[in-house]
This record gives sequence, structure tokens and C-alpha cells, in this order.
Amino acid sequence: MSAPAPMLALALRMLRRDWRAGELRVLAAALVVAVAAVTAVGFFADRIRLALELQATELLGADLVISADHPLEAARLAAPDGRALRRAEAVEFPSMVIAGDQAQLASVRAVSPDYPLRGRLRVSREAYAPDAEADGVPPAGAVWPEARLAGQLGVAVGDTVELGDARLRVDAILTVEPAGGGIGVFNLAPRLLFNAADLAATGLVQPASRVRYRYLFAGEPDAVRAFRARIEPALGRGESLESVGDARPEVRGALDRAGRFLGLATLVSVLLSGVAVALSARRFIVRHLDYCAVMRCLGASQRLVLGVYGLQLGLLGLTAALLGGALGYLAQFGLESLLGALLEIDLPPPSARPALLGAGVALVTRLGFALPPLLHLRNVPALRVIRRELGGPGGARLLSYLAGAAAMAALIWWQAEDRLLSLYILLGAVAALALLAATAAGLILLLRPLRHRVGSTWRFGLLSLTQRAGTGVMQVMAFGLGILVLLLLGVVRGDLLREWEHELPEQAPNRFLINILPEQVEAVRAFFARSGLEAPELFPMVRGRLTGIGERAVSAGLYEDDRARRLVEREFNLSWAARAQPDNRIVAGAWWGEGEGGGGDGAAELSVEQGLAETLGIRLGDTLTFRIAGADLRARVTSLREVEWDNFRVNFFVLTPPGVLDAFPATWITSLYVPADRYPVLNGLVKAFPNVTVIDVSAIMDQVRRIMDRVALAVQYVFLFTLIAGVLVMAAAIHASLDERVRETVLLRTLGASRRQLLLGLATEFVSLGVVAGALGALGAGLIAQLLASRVFHLAYHWDPALWLIGALGGGLGVGLAGVLGTRFVLNTPPMRALRGL
Amino acid sequence: MTDRSQYPVVEARGISKRVSSPEGELELLRDIQFSILPGEAVAVLGASGSGKTTLLGILAGLDTPSAGTVLIEGADLFALGEDGRAGVRREAIGFVFQSFHLLPTLTAVENVMLPLELAGRADARVQAEQWLARVGLERRLRHYPRQLSGGEQQRVAIARAFVTRPRLLFADEPTGNLDLATGRRVIDLLFEINREQGTTLVLVTHDDKVAERCTRRLRLDGGRLRGDA
Ligand SMILES: Nc1ncnc2c1ncn2[C@@H]1O[C@H](COP(=O)(O)OP(=O)(O)O)[C@@H](O)[C@H]1O
Ligand SMILES: [Mg+2]
Repeated sequence: MSAPAPMLALALRMLRRDWRAGELRVLAAALVVAVAAVTAVGFFADRIRLALELQATELLGADLVISADHPLEAARLAAPDGRALRRAEAVEFPSMVIAGDQAQLASVRAVSPDYPLRGRLRVSREAYAPDAEADGVPPAGAVWPEARLAGQLGVAVGDTVELGDARLRVDAILTVEPAGGGIGVFNLAPRLLFNAADLAATGLVQPASRVRYRYLFAGEPDAVRAFRARIEPALGRGESLESVGDARPEVRGALDRAGRFLGLATLVSVLLSGVAVALSARRFIVRHLDYCAVMRCLGASQRLVLGVYGLQLGLLGLTAALLGGALGYLAQFGLESLLGALLEIDLPPPSARPALLGAGVALVTRLGFALPPLLHLRNVPALRVIRRELGGPGGARLLSYLAGAAAMAALIWWQAEDRLLSLYILLGAVAALALLAATAAGLILLLRPLRHRVGSTWRFGLLSLTQRAGTGVMQVMAFGLGILVLLLLGVVRGDLLREWEHELPEQAPNRFLINILPEQVEAVRAFFARSGLEAPELFPMVRGRLTGIGERAVSAGLYEDDRARRLVEREFNLSWAARAQPDNRIVAGAWWGEGEGGGGDGAAELSVEQGLAETLGIRLGDTLTFRIAGADLRARVTSLREVEWDNFRVNFFVLTPPGVLDAFPATWITSLYVPADRYPVLNGLVKAFPNVTVIDVSAIMDQVRRIMDRVALAVQYVFLFTLIAGVLVMAAAIHASLDERVRETVLLRTLGASRRQLLLGLATEFVSLGVVAGALGALGAGLIAQLLASRVFHLAYHWDPALWLIGALGGGLGVGLAGVLGTRFVLNTPPMRALRGL
Repeated sequence: MTDRSQYPVVEARGISKRVSSPEGELELLRDIQFSILPGEAVAVLGASGSGKTTLLGILAGLDTPSAGTVLIEGADLFALGEDGRAGVRREAIGFVFQSFHLLPTLTAVENVMLPLELAGRADARVQAEQWLARVGLERRLRHYPRQLSGGEQQRVAIARAFVTRPRLLFADEPTGNLDLATGRRVIDLLFEINREQGTTLVLVTHDDKVAERCTRRLRLDGGRLRGDA
């Protein structure tokens, strides 16, 4: 028995010899290109993902916030060993603010000097005037109220307000605060910011008062990660972590979608490189099965053969991984220098994950494709391997493709951030492969009789296609899948992104009006009609507290989850509607019909937002009890809705059919778009209806829009880059699968085929392969896009028949060209030299 | 060392080989029975398709019989697993294939070195070069198989079979691709080794003159042993 060391030496020697003989060059090139593509796309997508997260932290004011209903000990808040984390604190509670004879409930926040850690506070000198970045936080003795609060209190800069026992000077009007807190726009009492140094003087923080302590952290991503990993499992009751995702539902929506787009790009690059490896591995597998058999005939044990071969594969994969990884790394740097300025974001250095993914592609797929036939050899007599009787023709090869595909799937599953997306892509790929295989096999059967009828020039092409049906089917599958993903990237990308941009139009609502009294509704409508602004849709709103789910009484104490506790503690906004808003999607149950569900004949019906239902454990069919203005409302949940929060339209967690809430006091709210030059109209509105509150969300919107624009642009570039990488990968793969065809062409040439005949024959074969693969790939791409659009991205997508044309033409042209160019050299070389040069 | 000369080095016991083919079950070999003593040179004769290659493959443990077994130096080859048989080949057996089976990405000398490398021998290159010189290929060491003529490939295959100094050598039509003169040289070489090292030879041939030089002739006809002389 040989020791491991000679085994490695032997493996190295064999690898070197294969390389020198030129056996590995094309294969290695294909593999390196595949790995480079995966890593470059992965690195780039990763960096953009990190950059976006950083951007979004500006909305939270930090990378991470711990929010608690009690102060936390300093020891728990310490940064992990040797790591630098910046920290700021805010103490937040509801309090009355008094100015002269006006008193107003506000959400006041006492902040430490570094607040916030990400993004900047912005202030103005007067309400609704142009703002500028603030210099730090309010100085001791000063407050910064929001314009809304200043208006309600009737104070301006220079006036004094009372906060508890303290008298503080209004120093500026707060316009933007990287807020966080997970509170929706309309539940927010207006904000008042003051210096933590004045907190004690207010005398407002008492043991029984409802105070939230917010600890903000920011630092290097891995320091933040390490900190989060330590603190998260140790969170107690009333303590919760907030990261960017929780800060603003609108931004979370945008980031989620962007993340999925980036994930799609990475996934597709993995899939493509898998196709490339499968195409180029063929010859390697066949050759090396022979090698192993010969070695066995010469007396090598199975263990030795496996060891040598496994090591060889491993070394090859490792080299390709290193080389491809390095290339990919360089490529994305090039991309950065090209795009950095355009994207207007600093790209943080990438994480190591994409490199691992690239290495995974090289190793996992390589071993997946090549090891099964080798293991299968164990019990097969050596001679039978050489005579090709391995359990039926192609059995081992089929096995190897299945195993390779399974390895690919496992890799995709492993790297997936988004399981649903991966699942659809994988299912789509499997379905597409089955379709491709079936169609290709069917077509080849149909073509078979044809080859006797067509002219001799065509015959060569059809002959080689129909004769080795297995290879033909395999190629159609690989090309088809390759074309499918390229189309998915190239064409569908544009459609999906366009839809996305439509979601937040230029004229998305930038003002909310709340607190409109029922008797003012008509007058407000008339006011807008007179003012020339488009009349907004007004929604009724009833505030109530959830007190029961089914027979269970609900209280904050029931929930471990801090978000759930906070939801239960505060009042919900209920509303009624005859029809669901267009951006709401029913995900369970059914919406009530016209005039139904009002509780006349049975129980009143409710439609609940899905996320809320999940958080609070509400299921379809549950009867909920709400306490509204001293009376109880009981109604049954008959549908769950998914709501797009990222478009700034008015939406409600809980809806009833019209009529159900008639007995309860309602106020009306609306959102509308006011162009900058029409802002004074709102002053007129506030004068005419003093009780109506105007909330300005334009600053937040601008921020969200800016982020979304950059995200969309970045995603575009990642897709484009993936597309280019994909084309390269496919070209390398086609090239690598050509050698069999070269041999055949040489043979035909020795039998006297003319140059013209051969060229036409080759063109016929590759073009028909490409057309079939392209048409089917287009079909698959369209279907997957449809599925992704509706199930994952929640965007409208319309299948464009031009996709077919692009697929068929592009496939025919691309594959035809690559095939003919790759084989053409044979035509200019004497056959013997071509054969011996192989 | 014990004197093995009176025990058979190869013993075929009732070997049959059946395969299923598109035309139904085929009996390639039927109840083959013989034994070969150390140092013998045995010619296997028979028409094309009579089962000679099949028989040689089974004798060398490269394929399994449907019935019967083979004893190599008294040990039952088919009581061992595939790896056990590979071990026996490494230890004792050399094989020259009718269709060479050289590895296309190895040069001539590397092909010859391979069995020594598999056995972990350090002197592989020296030995390989010596053997290639003995078959007249000292000027073709660094050629790839596709750059060699059929006869040259044949000789590389022979060098590869000899390089481990096997006690038992199977050669399937070793001169089938060679011109008369070269063929004769190769055959001379085989008998030389047979004499010098006491290597037992089993070779398939169509050449009566070669068969004459052997100590024994086995004749196959439609998978049956028809003559043993
Ligand atoms: N695996 C197999 N399946 C079917 N027929 C086979 C198989 N192997 C060999 N044969 C047939 O068995 C016969 C003997 O083959 P072989 O031993 O190679 O003959 P030869 O005496 O020419 O060396 C031939 O007719 C061949 O076609
Ligand atoms: Mg034969």
C-alpha cells in the first residue's frame, strides 16, 4: 500500500503532465473564468450590499440600537475586546410641553453629545423654511422642536418652553432626525430634542414613567457583528435590538428588494458557471475514467486511484479557485473605479464570502461531476471500463451530471440569503432542463428521417446531431440553461427594475394630513378643489386598543418579543374600506364583497396586515376584540393582507367593511403630493382648519428616494456585469466542449468532405442547437421572470414575445459563431496534423 | 525461497463467460480448463472472435468469469476483491493490450514509468528509459502516443508490461501492428525475458512461426478449448 505522501506526489506529477500535454488548458480556462465571474459578481454585489446597509444606517442614526424600558448596566454595553465601537445615548418619553397657555403632548428625547452616530440632524431657523445640517445636538439649556410642535405651541426660535421643571429656550426647528424606533409616521407625537445634560433638571424621569432608553452603536462591520452576536442572545425582557431593517418599513422594502436583486445576480452567476463546468467537464471525465481503468490494469488499488484522482481534482479546483478568485477580485476593483463616482456611494471593502463561493464552485461542482463515476468504478472490472460497459451506456455519465447538478443546487442553497428566491430559481432551472431535454430528444427524433432528404451539405450537420442523440440533448440542455439565465439577466432585468422605479413615482405623497374631523371632510375636499391641488383621497381612522384574540385577553406581558409588546401597548389605527387598495394583496382568506361583512347577518369582518398578524400570533378566523372609546368591538379576521409600505401611501394594519365602525369616533387622514412652490397652500389649510395637523415626510422621502435610486443604479450595473461575465463563461464552455467535434470534422475531411460542406455542416449543427436552446431558454426565462415578479419581487411583469425572438436569434447566432469559430482551424490544417495535434 | 517450479503458475478451472447482448445471451467462453507451469511459453491460437482476448482478460483478473475460477500461483484470483486482484497484478502480472491503452497525455517514457510509480518505486525513470531502449525507442522518449506509429505504441506498451519484471506476462497479439522485422525483434525480446528471468509467457498470436517457438499451444474455437499441445 502506498503512503499518502507518494500519493500526493503522484497526483502532482499527473497534474503537471496533463497540463503540459495541453489536456487541461481549455478546461482550466473555463473553470477559471467561471470562478472569476462568480467571485467578481459576488464581491461587487457584496460591497454594494454593505454600502447600502451603511446608507440605510443613516435612517437609524446608528448601525445598531438597543432599546430598553430600563437603563442597562455599563458592562453589557462595553465593546467586544479590543474593538472600537462608538456609542451614543438617547432617553425618550412622552411628556407635555408647555408654552404660555398652550400645552401639547410631545415625544421628547434627551440626547448625548455624539447623537446620532450615522447621518446628521438637520434644522432650520423657522418652521417650513429651508434647512441645513445641524452642528451637533441642542446645547444645554436649549430645545429643538419639530415644526409641527412649534406650530401647535405657537413658539418660534428664541421663545421659551417648559418641560417638567425645566425652562428651555427654543434654539432651532428640527427638520430631520435619523429617527428609528420602529414607529409609523402617524403615531408619532411630534418630536422635541434636548440635551441629556438637562434631563435631571426636568425631573420627568421617575421610576413609574414610560421611558425608553436607546443605546446607539456604530463601528467597523465586524466589530458591530461581534457585538451583536454577544448582546443578542443576552437580551432580557423589555429589551430589543433595532437594526436598519426595523427602522423604516419603506427602506426595509427597498433594501429587501435590492438584496434580492443582488442575490439573483449572484445566483445566476453560480448557475452559469455550473453550466460551464458541466460542459467542459465532459471530456475530462471520459478521459480520466480511461486513466483510472488503465491504472487499475497496471495494479493500482482503488484507494490509490481515488486518492490520486481526488487530489488531482482538488488541486485543479484549488488552483482555479485561487486564480479565478484573484481575477474576480481585480475585476470588481476595475468596476469600482469605473462606477464609484456614478454611484455616489463609498463602497466598503468586500467580505470573504464571495471568495468562498468561488472556491465552492470550483471544488464542489468539480468533485460533484467527476467523483461519482470514479466511485462507481470500485466494483467494476477494469477491462469492462475500457470496453465501456459501465452499467449501460452513459449510465455513469448521467450519474455524474445528476451528482454535479445536486452539488450545484446544494451550493446555491448554501449561499442563498433568500431561500424563496433560490427555490424558485432552482425549480425553474430543473423544469427548464426537463423541458429542454424532452424537446431536444423529440426534435432529434423528428429530424432523424429528415437527414436522408436534405442535401449532402446539410446532412453532415444533421447527422452528427441525430447520431449521438445523448450528446445533442446534453448540449441543448446546457446551452438552453445558459441562454435562459443570460436572458433572465439581460432582458428581464430591465423590465423588473423599471417596474420597481414606478413604485415610488416622482409625485409620491410628501405630506400627511391627520386629525381631520368628520364634519370637515367635505370642507377639506372643497379647499383642495379651490386651491388647484389634486384632491386627495381621505381615509377614516378610528383608534383602538387590541384587548383580545379569540378568547384570550391580550396584554403586553403576554409577549416575549419587544416589538409585539410595543404594538400591544399602543393604539391601533383601524379604518374601513369597501375595496382593497390597489397596492394591498390578499395572502389568506378573501376580501369582503360589496355590501357584505358589515355584521348585519353575521359577525363583522376584519382584514389584518400579514406582518402584524405574524408578530401578534393572529390567525385567519380569529375573533379580535378592540377597545375603542370605552366600548368593545368584536370582529372576525377573514383575510390577511400584504401591504407595500415603501410607497408612502396611507395604509392600515386593520380594516373593516364600511358601516362597522360607524358608532365610533373617527378622524380622517390623507396623504398628498404638494409641489415645492405650493407649500404656502398648506399654511392656508392650517389656518382654515386649526385642528388639522400637517406632517412633512418629504425629507424622509428624499432620503428614501435617494437610496432607492442608487440601489437601482447599482443593481443595474451588477446585472450588466453578470451578463458580461456570463457571456464569457458560456464562450469558454462552448470552446471546451468542442474537441469531440474537431475529431469528427477531421475524420470527415479525411473522407473527402470539402471545406464548404464542412463549414455548412458545422454551421447547421451549431445554429440549430442554438436556435432550439435559445427559444426554449427564452420560454424558461419568461416563466421564471413571471414567477419571480409575482412571488418574490411583487412587481407586475408582462411577458414580452420579443424575448422568444431574441432567444432564438441570439442563441443561433451566438452558439453557431462560437462553434464554427472554435472548429474552423481544422479546415485550414492538414487532417493528420490536426489529429496529432489534438 | 521455495521452489515453485512444480506448481502451476496459472490454473484455469472451468471458466465460462456469458454476456447478454442485443442478440440475446452470448457464451463467449465455455468450461475452459488448463494449467501452466512456471517458465512455460504458451501460445493462444484461434480465429478472430473465438474468445482469446476475453480469456486473457479473465486470466489476468481484468474481468470476471461467469463460472469457474483462476488460480495464480495457487491463490484463487476471484476470491479476492477488485483491489486484491489489482494487488496481484502489481506484484506478479504484466499485460500487453491488443489496443495498447497508452495514456494520451503521458509521453512514452512516462507511460512506461507509470506502473513503477504506482508501486512507489524511486528508480522509475531509469528503468523506463532502459526498457524503451531495449524495444528500440530510445529516441522517442518524449513523444506522446499520438505522435508515435502503431508499432511504436505497441513497443511502448510492451516496455510498460516488462518494466515491473512480472513473473507472468500476458500479451494480446503483441505483434499485430508491427512489420515483420520489428515483430520478430519483439518476439525475440519476449522469449529472451522468458529465458533470462523465467517469466511465464501467455501470448495470443496468429503467427505460426511464433506459435512454433512456444512450449505449448492452446487452441480456442467458438469459446471452447479445442487443443492443448
Ligand atoms: N461485452 C461483450 N458483449 C457482447 N459480445 C462480446 C463482448 N465482449 C466480447 N464479445 C464478443 O465475444 C467474442 C470474442 O471476443 P474476443 O475475446 O475479443 O475475441 P478474439 O478472440 O478476437 O480476441 C467476439 O465475437 C466479441 O464480439
Ligand atoms: Mg482479441
